Amino acid sequence: MHEMSICENILDVLKEQARAQNFGTVKRVSLEIGPLAGVEIEALKFGFDVVMRNSLADGAALDIIETQARATCLDCGASAAIAERYDPCQQCGSHNLKVTSGEEMRIKELEVN
Amino acid sequence: MCTTCGCGGDGARIEGHHYGDHHHDHAHGHDHAHDGRTIQLELDILAKNNAYAAENRGFFADRGILALNLVSSPGSGKTALLVRTIEMLGGRLKSFVIEGDQQTSNDADRIRATGASAVQINTGKGCHLDAHMVGHALETLAPSEGSVVFIENVGNLVCPAAFDLGEAHKVAILSVTEGEDKPLKYPDMFAASDLVLLNKTDLLPHLDFDVAETIANARKVNPSVKALQVSARTGEGMEAWIGWLTAARGMALAGHPLGTAAE
Repeated sequence: MHEMSICENILDVLKEQARAQNFGTVKRVSLEIGPLAGVEIEALKFGFDVVMRNSLADGAALDIIETQARATCLDCGASAAIAERYDPCQQCGSHNLKVTSGEEMRIKELEVN
Repeated sequence: MCTTCGCGGDGARIEGHHYGDHHHDHAHGHDHAHDGRTIQLELDILAKNNAYAAENRGFFADRGILALNLVSSPGSGKTALLVRTIEMLGGRLKSFVIEGDQQTSNDADRIRATGASAVQINTGKGCHLDAHMVGHALETLAPSEGSVVFIENVGNLVCPAAFDLGEAHKVAILSVTEGEDKPLKYPDMFAASDLVLLNKTDLLPHLDFDVAETIANARKVNPSVKALQVSARTGEGMEAWIGWLTAARGMALAGHPLGTAAE
């Protein structure tokens, strides 16, 4: 349950950006979250509304782009989508995989006033 | 308010760290004469934590300190293992400890009984340590050059995985009274760790615990993870762990003046 502190981190970034880029309020926040980032999307949405209350992003819309997790097999070289970290290589069944994407946790875009 | 970084201390409490007034954020009704616009950020949400972690990593590198982040579920025997480890390192290597728990200073008290310095961080509602708390704890702890800093994270196999504290390695401690499938149930933590310590092996004769299956499961999520079997109670296997620690310290000292001096 670290979604609340992730939301607090988002709010910190918004405050810093408001100073640096000279805006007053945030209307929309777009996030990019990978399936291996360890973030529960529903909990994040709930935490977002609570944490943003009475801040510069009070009532801001939250868009979440869920990315795909991919891994490359270090034994046979195949690259494929995975759902979980412990999924085997679809080609050769090996677990010797290197995750190449799916761990991202990024603020992609803001709509501000 | 903290004079170094302006933190308000409203949540986590760090022993020896002085907070003043709380910092309050008010929603001021500023009028900005801008129309709505879109800003492309592409910024890591944990960028701030990662920046503090980088500061901590610099602190450790400058002093030739090996820092380890010990993670596990509650009750895996982390503190007992740490007490035994500090005793075994004894005069060879000076140990410093940062203890993370939601409440109480019981664990720091146990560590101090060994003679090692310890600072307790109470995270309050928080479920993990972050790099900012650890940075402040380091100010109070003031670990000496060439020492080992053990950061005992909050007992939790989920949240601490995401928060870099500036450590050289995460070490996951799993006791044999837990399930073999724990690495699969909590894959992020085992993927983030460089070493798994399988603790309480003295209990194995009384359990149907499959050691090989557990290690195989950990390797499914992290093919390069190392695994050692230890018993903090009997001391069995502890020499191998001390060996790993000594090797990791050698790595931490590479390029540091202390590293050449130790040769």
